[in-house]
Amino acid sequence: MSARFWRWLADRWVMAVALLVLGYLSLPIVVVAGLSFNRPSSRLSYDFHEFTLDNWRNPCATSDMCDAVVRSVQIGFLATAVSTVLGTLMAFALVRHRFRGRAGINVLIFLPMATPELVMGTSLLALFVAAGVPQGFWTIVIAHVMFCVSFVVVTVKARLAGMDSRLEEAAMDLYASEWQTFRRVTLPLVLPGIVAAALLAFSLSFDDFIITNFNAGTTVTFPMYVWGAAQRGIPPQVNVIGTAMFAIALLLVLASTLRGRRARRAALPVAPAVGGAARRRS
Amino acid sequence: MGGTTVARETPAGDLRLANLTKRFGIFTAVDDLTLTIPQGSFFALLGASGCGKTTTLRMIAGLEEPTSGQVLLGDRDIARLRPYKRPVNTVFQSYALFPHLDIFENVAFGLRRRGIRQVDDQVARMLSLVQLDGYGRRRPAQLSGGQQQRVALARALINHPQVLLLDEPLGALDLKLRRQMQIELKRIQTEVGITFVHVTHDQEEAMTMADTVAVMNAGRIEQLGAPADIYEFPATAFVANFLGQSNLLAAEAAGTAGGEVPVTAHGARYSVPADRARVDRGPAHLGVRPEKLHLVGSADQVPAGHQHLTGVVSDASYVGVSTQYLLRTSWGSELSVFAANSGTTQRFAVGAEAVAHWDPRHAFLLPREPGEDDRTSPVLDEPVGAPS
Amino acid sequence: MSALAHVPTGQSAAAPPPSARRGRHRFLPYLLLLPGAAWLLLFFALPLVQLAAASLYDPSGSLSTGYALTFAFGNYPDALAAYWPQFVRSFGYAALALVLALLMGYPLAYAIAQKAGRWKNLLLVCVVAPMFTSFLVRTLAWKTILSDNGWFVGVLRDVHLLAPDGRLLATPFAVVLGLTYNFLPFLVLPLYASLERLDRRLLEAASDLYASPVRAFRRVTLPLSMPGLVAGTLLFFIPASGDYINAELLGTPNEYMIGNVIDSAFLVRLDYPQGAALSFLLMAAMLAVVFVYLRRAGTEEVL
Repeated sequence: MSARFWRWLADRWVMAVALLVLGYLSLPIVVVAGLSFNRPSSRLSYDFHEFTLDNWRNPCATSDMCDAVVRSVQIGFLATAVSTVLGTLMAFALVRHRFRGRAGINVLIFLPMATPELVMGTSLLALFVAAGVPQGFWTIVIAHVMFCVSFVVVTVKARLAGMDSRLEEAAMDLYASEWQTFRRVTLPLVLPGIVAAALLAFSLSFDDFIITNFNAGTTVTFPMYVWGAAQRGIPPQVNVIGTAMFAIALLLVLASTLRGRRARRAALPVAPAVGGAARRRS
Repeated sequence: MGGTTVARETPAGDLRLANLTKRFGIFTAVDDLTLTIPQGSFFALLGASGCGKTTTLRMIAGLEEPTSGQVLLGDRDIARLRPYKRPVNTVFQSYALFPHLDIFENVAFGLRRRGIRQVDDQVARMLSLVQLDGYGRRRPAQLSGGQQQRVALARALINHPQVLLLDEPLGALDLKLRRQMQIELKRIQTEVGITFVHVTHDQEEAMTMADTVAVMNAGRIEQLGAPADIYEFPATAFVANFLGQSNLLAAEAAGTAGGEVPVTAHGARYSVPADRARVDRGPAHLGVRPEKLHLVGSADQVPAGHQHLTGVVSDASYVGVSTQYLLRTSWGSELSVFAANSGTTQRFAVGAEAVAHWDPRHAFLLPREPGEDDRTSPVLDEPVGAPS
Repeated sequence: MSALAHVPTGQSAAAPPPSARRGRHRFLPYLLLLPGAAWLLLFFALPLVQLAAASLYDPSGSLSTGYALTFAFGNYPDALAAYWPQFVRSFGYAALALVLALLMGYPLAYAIAQKAGRWKNLLLVCVVAPMFTSFLVRTLAWKTILSDNGWFVGVLRDVHLLAPDGRLLATPFAVVLGLTYNFLPFLVLPLYASLERLDRRLLEAASDLYASPVRAFRRVTLPLSMPGLVAGTLLFFIPASGDYINAELLGTPNEYMIGNVIDSAFLVRLDYPQGAALSFLLMAAMLAVVFVYLRRAGTEEVL
């Protein structure tokens, strides 16, 4: 067997498996999108019965579902705002400062990411019950901030650590005060990391079920609505929301990719002087 | 482009470092450094990595606070001023251009931070000084290394600093570009007349550009002077082998006699003019540069007044402009000899016996630790003076 | 955000360790850490203490009559005796799903990292894309795919891989399939990250030094992807073994995992001491698995 044959086989084989696995990963999305155009034969049926646009025309036919979506968005925004601020502050402290107790802080940040959600959910429930805190909207926000903070820290930290600290030194060397250096150099350079962290936090919060389920009291978020409906029969509008979420997220990703590409193109040489070197895009 | 392009606003005065010391924990990076850098000069701090040269530069820039000592600009101690309060700018290693700003804004950064609104003319003039007209709207990532280097220079110079610090500014460039930028930097320095303090580990770069070179080792300055003076008459064994290469023979000096210092090395007697001896009694290194050694076939070919020793050629490398020989002495050391391929000298094969001779006025005598042996450097590493 | 104003002050990360830093910065890091750390202590660490206490409550109490902390360590053996099958099932299903996920995820990560060329980013988006929509909605979609009347089951019946009355839904197969599906991206992404850093020239060097492709994979690719493999398997295994959504939606009580038991202990049966004891057992088991695994993976024996 020649090496060329093996390489040929390895190339095709690995790629073929990869595409099959991607198909496996994408299949449910296709099904969700399809079911969003379904008129089910009965409440408890999960099979495709009849094509209809009704679900898209009237996504809020079951009004409590839309209430749940709105509530999830509200909680998502609040949890994102708070956890992004707290996490960013911590990331700055960890990357830019030396202090005692760093190891302890690192453990405190790492543990929530390694603990099963079930344990975090039940323990918070135990605390709220013992403290006599009524559960509802705000306990959900508290819980979501708690599990989002660590992810924000990790994301912002990666961006900050990858930033050349000489850039800040250069700014100060060029007459920028501490505040100006932060405003003109540090913040613009770290911002993509902070935005990424916020998006991550929002999606974690919006999609969380397990921890929310233990700390929601009678408040219903979108995942909890779906959970409850799974027992009673799922309204097809759930698939409309699922498809719309997917589409919005996909558009956001595509838009940011395109924007990145356009920004690079716009910055290409205005004066077509010695073009060769400048055309190296990276 | 005349010298009026960037006029100094206020007379600067010399930059003086007085007893400057920086410790990191128990490690002393800069050890009681005192030196004066005359206004308008091109000064190079030369040393291996970790010798304290960059720390010195960072203390002048204000990016590092001295443990003790002063940084004086004219009569003003600036050692404890914040970096943005100093009339000093830096060209950083690998440039540190702001990736999110275009070239124009990078160059204008310092002016804008000082509240200057009308920057267009100055930026345009600066970009043409560094020959980057028309590049203002590009991003740093779209420029080549040499162009980025020039942006970094323009970004610092536009502020008319009293002192410009250059931290290994050419380290990231390839050899050819580096040569070109060396000449360019020298030209710009002459034009703007600002004091340049240049940190580098590249001896050739330091010698090409600087008026004055300070060789640093372990936080201290080993020798300071004009490049030719340091090369021709190094002060220590470290300098003799850091700046170019030297053959250093372990010798014993016996005191000055009649304008000469007689020495004994490996059983033979030599002498060095008194004005080329850093010591005149006790253990010493007798030093001769490889290109100052000449090879002949036998002792009777040695010119009058030259001193010589005999050995066997153990290696001969033909490198174009010269041939580099290793000559094994009877006591086992290997001396480097560079013979110019001028067509007038005899070629020697490996294994041949040869006599190396030198003019005593090209030798020098350096202090030696008792017990220290010869310091010859058989590693042929791009020698200064032997153009490659 | 005003607290950030002083952040960049001369705290150059590249600089050697600052010795005598300006006094005003001494408390700054603590100030920056305070809100986040306090939140985590209050709502992550303290609840764990409370959960530990709850697991030692007198089991005869109830939510309405109140609990007494009697250090009833007997809650632990009691809970284990009652629910050990669910425990075993949890780890069994998660381990089975992990094996499936590795078989699928490794080639996928390798293909994206080393073979995809300019399609790399597109394929990565395809891996992450499923997570753009709700976890529960996607899991419910599997209910449709595996449904008794669906085309998938139909095909399997036609080719006699499944008995005419055989089904996939409400079987262990469906639950494991759901687990594999739901947590596969967590395995693929770290694996991709470490395979992406793999220098192709190392493989060329290996084949230059007489290694067959299989040996090159075993001796070069696999060891170098170890960090991603370890991170990925943990990120997969921890949530998979604590999951109860797949068992609930795709299985029956016969497939219930420990998560279903804990969920019902807290939310249906309101037996807090037992629920807390089970939660702690889950966490302890998880920590033990992680610890043993990391110790083994830390050496080359894992190959």
